[in-house]
Order: sequence, then structure tokens, then C-alpha cells
Amino acid sequence: MEESLLAVAILWSILFLYSITGSMDFGAGFWGMVYGKRKDSTASKIANRFLSPTWEVTNVFLVLFVVSLVAFFPFAAGMLATVLLLPVGLGLILLTIRTTFMVFEGKTERFKDLLRITSGVTGLVLPALLVSILPITLGGFIAFEEGYPQLLYGKLLSSVTVYMHIAFGLSTALFLSALFLADYAREAGDETAYHTYRRHAIWLGPLSLIIAVLTIFTMPEEASWIVENFRENMYGFGMSVTLFLIGYVLLFVKRPNGDVGYSRLSVVFVVLQYGFAIYAYGSAHLPYMVYPHLTIEEGFTNPTMFNQLLIAYIIGLCILVPAFILHWKLFLKDKRYLKQD
Amino acid sequence: MDTVMLARALFGTSLGFHIIYATIGVGVPLMIIVAELMYIITKDEDYKIMAKRWTKGFAILLAVAIASGTIVGVLISLLFPGFMQIVGQVIALPFQIEIFAFLIEAVFMSIYLYAADRLPTPLRLISIISVAIGAAASAILITDAHAWMNTPAGFEMNANGEVINVNPWRAFFNPSFAVTAIHVTVSAYMTVAFLVGSIAAARLLKSTITDQERRYHKKSITLAIYIGAIMSLATAINGHETAQMLHEYNPRKLAAAEGLFETTTHAPLSVGGWTSREDEEVKYAIEIPYALSFLAGDRFDTEVKGLKEYPEELWPPLFVHTLFNVMVGIGTMLIGLSFFAIFWRWILKKELPGWMLALFVGGGPLAIIGIEAGWCFSCIGRQPYTIVNVLKTSDAATHANNVGILFALFVTLYCILLIVTVAVMVSYFKRHPVEPELVEKGV
Ligand code: HDD
Ligand code: HEM
Ligand code: HEM
Repeated sequence: MEESLLAVAILWSILFLYSITGSMDFGAGFWGMVYGKRKDSTASKIANRFLSPTWEVTNVFLVLFVVSLVAFFPFAAGMLATVLLLPVGLGLILLTIRTTFMVFEGKTERFKDLLRITSGVTGLVLPALLVSILPITLGGFIAFEEGYPQLLYGKLLSSVTVYMHIAFGLSTALFLSALFLADYAREAGDETAYHTYRRHAIWLGPLSLIIAVLTIFTMPEEASWIVENFRENMYGFGMSVTLFLIGYVLLFVKRPNGDVGYSRLSVVFVVLQYGFAIYAYGSAHLPYMVYPHLTIEEGFTNPTMFNQLLIAYIIGLCILVPAFILHWKLFLKDKRYLKQD
Repeated sequence: MDTVMLARALFGTSLGFHIIYATIGVGVPLMIIVAELMYIITKDEDYKIMAKRWTKGFAILLAVAIASGTIVGVLISLLFPGFMQIVGQVIALPFQIEIFAFLIEAVFMSIYLYAADRLPTPLRLISIISVAIGAAASAILITDAHAWMNTPAGFEMNANGEVINVNPWRAFFNPSFAVTAIHVTVSAYMTVAFLVGSIAAARLLKSTITDQERRYHKKSITLAIYIGAIMSLATAINGHETAQMLHEYNPRKLAAAEGLFETTTHAPLSVGGWTSREDEEVKYAIEIPYALSFLAGDRFDTEVKGLKEYPEELWPPLFVHTLFNVMVGIGTMLIGLSFFAIFWRWILKKELPGWMLALFVGGGPLAIIGIEAGWCFSCIGRQPYTIVNVLKTSDAATHANNVGILFALFVTLYCILLIVTVAVMVSYFKRHPVEPELVEKGV
């Protein structure tokens, strides 16, 4: 494989990890808000128990993405930074408010409602803001002034495709988190919360699929190149839809013991579904990072640096994978943690 | 202000905010380890309670440390794309490895925090030691990038301004890496020790505390004094080496730090005062003859370069002299304070009097000011370069609009967060006073 291609594949994998973990994280904040006031439901407790030990790890993927982007593609920094300064800057402010308030919520009695609502609302706004970056890279929203790129905010804010992307980001985040929390609730032996989240997953799943397909039809003229490329990646998208259907049907299958739904398997299939979709999308996006101004080849660092970075990655992963497995065992599997009050 | 100025202001403010929490994030794990060890050695439950309460406070501050770290990590790429373009080609390794170090810290921190009751003591100790190693490694790696900006190495620039002949590990082990990394780490340990001392001293000054509480806080201030004394001494000794590094690699910064205009041997050290550009001297300073030459090269006849060796547009802002004095002054005062306390308490075997406790209350905040002054000195003293002699700050900064709006928003955010963290800390520890815990343990 060409080096720049390998680099972009690694970058894309980090993005995949962040979009999965981020969706669960942001979505869980939202569900925590929705069910927080209801005395009769444990759904919010389940959401918060999942959130407290995982948000740090999720946050790391975000930082890892940014750092790897600059390290692998330093020549892309100029354009991306200039164009994305305001949206990413605003995102940072929201993320900070969310992170800190979420942690503070557990430490004070006063302002509990305010803190909960902030974490819920930012849980919705953040994924919306983050996906709205995607259409910018597809072309048509950047103009050059005195040799420097500028984002055309007016055009961006009045374009349908941006709002469709946002709708897609939101429905996905809520679907993934509902599905995951359903499984988490079952692991904790909380059948009521399981059914609450399963119900939400059942309507959100098809909705996000429909929105995804509709989004393609709203792509503006400038982005027609990627729609062309989608046709060449039909295999990936086809796999994605198939996996989704399997995962979805599994939610309705009766278990031998009478419970409804194989939630764990369903999560696995849906994550695979997103994997296929994201990589298909990614390969359709090549060779451009920002159409038509920047290709991955133009952005790529020197081979010496890249090789050293790869070695650092491999060593880092060798240390981290065992640490993650330990983490997983403690918080997502350990019955004593799951069932505490 | 133009875009470059705004970008510098925004980034400097963000780092000034982050460093408060980051320093605490580096230092607290060390204090917790010491408390855990003391518990193992003495079997005194007080130390267990101490470790637990420091951990609780740490957990609150950790959130802000990570959030603000994420901010600076992203902002540096957004605001200084010209700089990051070179960073990506030459010194990307420490940034990359830092994330793995941080992950180790984060994973073990959540294990220590959420699973502490379920872990046997050795595993608990191992997890908090891993946290401390992760935090220190994080700090050292980020500092490496900063050290490289001061003493760039591991690459060359060709005539077109392109980076060639990259050697990532030469860049990594650049000349000032070791001294700077040590200075940052020991100064963080010293700062947190004095912060712990501040809290304990403030409690001890209260007339209403019970005997049990008094004993508890005395143990805590003892730890603080010993660690503070060792670390502040280490900071000063190593700071002296840092200054010698400047003398060798970046004499322009040293000249600005000392307000030295003419190149001279037997150069005096100016303490206090401020540098006057018109009169080309430091006004109202106390001069210690020959001291600067001795500091720079361990000999009185060392030649120290003055600012006039360089064209005036390459001079850093001259007020860095004051920043340098503040850092060194605070270091000297805190060494004096902690060693005097040791002398008083353990040689003369007398109780620490109220006035000394009152001084200790001020110690923690002073150390934080020392950290801020040191960093601002180092970063502002590097001007007008971002990478010394390679890249000017004006070429490093962004050309985007809207930096002004973001500056206003971020400053507001930091002010709110400072107030809210203090409020949350106070409210948390008000609702969870130490007294019932001490009573519960039944001593
Ligand atoms: C409590 C904090 C603290 C204290 C008491 C001191 N320092 Fe410091 N100093 C720092 C905290 C710090 C720092 C914030 O950590 C810096 C900023 C950049 C760096 O590498 O460390 C620093 C930088 C720094 C530099 C500049 C390095 C550069 O720009 O590359 C020098 C020359 C010194 N220090 C020297 C000293 C001396 C001679 C001290 C004598 C007591 C001293 N410091 C005490
Ligand atoms: C020398 C000054 C600095 C020190 C000592 C320092 C130290 C730390 C520490 C200890 C943390 C972890 C928070 C905690 O566990 O308490 C942290 C977080 C972080 N810092 Fe800093 N930092 C410094 C400057 C910077 C700079 C200049 C950047 C970026 C350019 C940066 C980027 C980050 C990031 C991205 C995080 C969050 C980690 C994550 O979520 O992956 N830091 N820093
Ligand atoms: C954490 C403590 C730090 C503080 C308080 C701090 C403070 C500052 C300040 C005040 C400026 C503006 C200087 C000016 O433009 O006049 C600045 C600039 C800068 N600092 Fe630091 N700094 C810190 C650590 C670091 C570290 C660890 C790095 C490297 C990774 C770094 C990289 C930069 C860069 C790239 C700039 C902008 C370009 C420039 O002005 O040279 N800083 N910092």
C-alpha cells in the first residue's frame, strides 16, 4: 500500500472509533437527561453509570485524531485550520462545558438540573456540529480571498445538505447509544431499562438508514464527484445495509429463556455496519481531503517521520490493548460495578 | 489587535489556564503515592483518609485538566498552522506518544477511582504509580516539543524554506530536552506540595478544629514541608542548569532575562527593577557583582552576550526580566520557608507558630504564580520567533477571521470555569468534612 494511503486508513480508523464511542457518549448524555427526572425509571442511572468511566477514553480518541491528522498530513494543517477555526473552536467550548459539567454533576447537589440539561443538550449539539464538517470537505463551501481560504458561512448555513448531514449525525448517535445502552442494561440485569432503550433503538434504526440515503440526494452540484464514487463502492454500502438488517432483526428474535432480542449480537452487527459504511464513504472520498483543493498526497508528511510514527503507534497499541481489556472487564463486565446502587 | 496578536493572546491565555490544572495533575499523584506508602508503613488510617480525599479533589480538577488540554491540543493546530506544518514533519513524535502516555494515565486513574474498594493494596498502589508515571510522561513529552522550539534540532531548511534531512529522534533528544523536562517535573511536584501545605496550614489556623483534625492536618503539612523542601531545592539547582543551557544555546533570551545590553565578562546579576530600553539598563535593581557570569559559566570571567549583539527587532519584550525575577524570587522564598520550617520543627523541636502557618497559606498560590511566570517568561522570551532562528511567530500564525470572537468566548469560558471549579471544590469538601471520617475510623 502507498504510505499516504496507509496513513489515511489509520486516520480513518481513529475517526471510526471516535464516531462510535462519541455517539454512545453523546447519546448517553441525552438519554440521561430525558430519563433523569423520572422517578420510576432506572434508564438514566444506567446511562450515567456508563458515562462516568468512559468519557475520558472517548475524549482521547478525539485528541488522537487531531494529533494524528497534523502528524500524518502537516501540509493539510494550513487549509483545514483556517477553514474550520470557528466551527471547531465553538465545538471545543461546548465540549469543555459538557465534560466539566458532567463531572461536576456527580459532585454537587445544587444546580443538578442545570448540569444535567447542559450535558443532554450539548450531547445533541456536538454531534450535529461535528458532522456538519463533512459537507465542507465535499466542495463548494470554500473560497479564496487574497490567497487564503475562507469558509462561506452564508452558503453553508443555507444549504439543505448540511441539515441532512446534521439529521443523519443525530439519528445515528441516538440509535447507537440506545442500542448500546439496551445491551448495557441487560448486562446489568435491568430488564425495564433494557426495554426502554430497545424500543428507542427500534424506531431510530430505520430512521437513520432512511436519512442516510436521503442525504445523498441532497448533495450539491459541487459534490457530484463523490456521488459518482459511491457507485464504485456499492459493495461496501451493500454489506452495510445487509449487516444492519441482520442486527435489526436480532432485536426481535426470542431467546430460549423467553426474553426478546439478542442485544449483544445486534450491537456487534450494527458496529460492523458502521465500519463498512464509513470505510466505503472514506474510499469514495479519496484522493481528496478537501475537494478540489487538497489531496492526501499533497498533505502527506515525509516517509522518515511516517515510519517513526508507525513504530510509535505499534508500541503504543501493545501497551494499550491490555489496559483497555482490563478497563472493559472492570466497568462493562464486572457485575459488582454494574449492579451497584 | 491584528489576527496574529489575537492568536497569540488566545493561545497564551489558554495555556495559562491549562497549566494550573495540568501542574496539579502531575503533582497530586505523587502526593497520593506518598500517603499510600505512609499508610502501608505506619498503618495509620489518617494517611488512608488523606489519600482518599486528595483523590476526590483530584477527580474534580482532572476533568478541567483534560478538557483544557483538549482545547490547547486542538487550538495549537488551529491557530498556528505554519508552526504545525513544521511540527508534523519534524517533532510529531512527542505529541503522538504523549497521547499514549495520557491514555495509560486515564485508564489507571479510572481503575484507581472507581475500583479502589475492590482492589487489594498492591494493585491499588500499582495503579496510582501508573497514574503518576503517565502524568509525568505526558508533561515531559509536551515539554519536549517546547524544548525543541527553543533549541531546534534534527532537520535542515533548504533555500525554498522546505524541511529536509529530517531525523525525528535527533529532534526528540534536542539539546534542552533533559534540563527542561526535569525543571517542569520537579517544579510541578514542588507546587503541589506547597498547595497541600496551604490547605493544611489554613485548617490549622482555625480555632475551632478538634484535636483529631489537628493531628490529621499536622501529618499532611509535614508531608508537604518535606516534599516541598526537596523539590524546591531540586527546582533551583536544575533551574541554574537551565540558565546555563540558555547561555549556551539561546543567549538572546538570557540577555533579556537579565536586562543585559552590552556583552561583558564579570557581568553582574540584576535583581528586581525593570528594564529601560531608552537608558539601556535595569532601573532600580539590586546588582550583585559578577554573579551573572558565574551563573552562566561557573566562572567570574565568563563572557555573557548582551542584547546589542542582535538587531533590535529580534529582541524579546524586555519585561521578561520581571517574569524571570518573579520565578526565581518565588523559588528562593519557598526554599527558605520550607527549610526554616524543618529547622524550627525538627531541629529546635518547636510547634510551628501562627505566623509561619500564615506564610504557608500563601505558599501554594505563590508556587502557581511561579509556574505561570516561568512559562510566560519562556514563551514570551522566545519572541519574535516561535521556533528559534527558524520560524517567526508572524509566519506561524493563522490568517483566519473570527479569532477575536473566539478570544472573547474562551476568556469568558475560563473565568466561569475557574469560579465553578472553586465553588464545586468548596461545596464538595464542605459537605464531606474530614472530621466524621476521622471519628469513624475510631481512634
Ligand atoms: C514553581 C515554579 C518554578 C520555580 C520556583 C523556578 N522555576 Fe524556572 N521555570 C519554571 C518554574 C519554576 C517553569 C514554569 O516550569 C519553566 C517554564 C518553561 C520551563 O521549561 O520551565 C521555567 C523556566 C525556566 C527557565 C527558562 C528555560 C527556557 O526558556 O528554556 C530558566 C532559565 C529557569 N526556569 C531558571 C530558574 C531558576 C534559576 C530558578 C531558581 C530558583 C527557577 N527557575 C525556579
Ligand atoms: C508543559 C506544560 C504542560 C503540562 C505540564 C501539561 C500536562 C498535562 C497533563 C498532566 C494532562 C492530563 C490531565 C491530567 O491527567 O491531570 C494534560 C492534558 C492534556 N494536555 Fe497538557 N500539559 C502542558 C501543556 C500542553 C500543551 C502545550 C498542549 C498542546 C499543545 C497540551 C495538550 C494536552 C492535551 C491534548 C491534553 C488532554 C489529553 C487527552 O485528552 O488526550 N498540554 N496536560
Ligand atoms: C503550559 C504553560 C505555557 C504557558 C503559560 C505558555 C504561555 C505562552 C504565551 C504567553 C504565549 C504568547 C507569547 C507571545 O506571543 O508573546 C505562548 C506562545 C506559544 N507557546 Fe507557550 N506556553 C506554555 C507552554 C507551551 C508549550 C509546552 C508549548 C509547546 C508544545 C508551547 C508552544 C507555544 C506556541 C506554539 C506559541 C505561539 C507562537 C509564539 O508565540 O511563539 N507553549 N505561550
